[in-house]
Amino acid sequence: MSSAPDWNAGDDLTERTLPPVDRLQLIKYAGASGDYNPIHTIDEAAEEAGLPGIIAHGMLTVATMGLLFSPYLEYGYVKTFRSRFSGMVFLGDILHVGGRVSGTEDIEEGCLYICDVYARRDDDTVASGEVGFLVYGG
Amino acid sequence: MLYEQFVGRRSKPVKNLVERRAVRKFAEAIADPNPLYTDEDAAKASHYGRLLAPPTFPRTFDYGEIDGLALPTAGLIHGEFRLVYERPLFVGEEILCSMELKDSYDKESRRGLLGFLIFERAGESPEGDLAFTMDDVVVVTEIVRKGIEA
Repeated sequence: MSSAPDWNAGDDLTERTLPPVDRLQLIKYAGASGDYNPIHTIDEAAEEAGLPGIIAHGMLTVATMGLLFSPYLEYGYVKTFRSRFSGMVFLGDILHVGGRVSGTEDIEEGCLYICDVYARRDDDTVASGEVGFLVYGG
Repeated sequence: MLYEQFVGRRSKPVKNLVERRAVRKFAEAIADPNPLYTDEDAAKASHYGRLLAPPTFPRTFDYGEIDGLALPTAGLIHGEFRLVYERPLFVGEEILCSMELKDSYDKESRRGLLGFLIFERAGESPEGDLAFTMDDVVVVTEIVRKGIEA
């Protein structure tokens, strides 16, 4: 567990590199999320849909961007999360997730850190968004 | 506009339990080892005093059906996702979940006419206090639209 976040606008969140996307993780995510769309797990279904192979669930990529904040969960939680998808993620892809603090806002519960976040494969951004991470005051 | 007659309609709320094992499986699937999702002792000693659910866990809930609205099962594109919590979500809680088709609009694009459907999902405590809202933008391409209108 990390120490309490002490971020200023403009600070980068440490980028994390994730293990290559593998089928077992997609099968686990399908089961855990209830999203059984077969384009995420079965090659033939992905090919029939015109894809070169199975693709990761978009919401798994979103959850992966959320991992950036997990080390600070002791101090606060993800209060807002927006994301847009801009590319598909395939088996074997290595994603890097990172972000930057864009601003802070004092609210009743504490300090809300607004962070721009992304998930990228090499130079291709596959998802990007904004997280509001609330750190409890006092 | 697609499904215009359904705009403003809400599903009947469905009772969902933030189930301990489901949270454990979800945390494992997203490869988040944080003990505050799975370890009761760590959770008890924390600021929260109880186990939490990971941020995107509300995706796993059943939000019911908007009467008569049946989206195509294939070819939809998920364009955007927005989640706003009023407070953290805890393991063991009961959450009443429902969804509403908030808006439907069309936009011309280089790839033809695109339809946008904005769904707003909400989770409330049994006492009626809002816990979170979750919006989803679903994009309907021209090809999929032809299937709907056929």
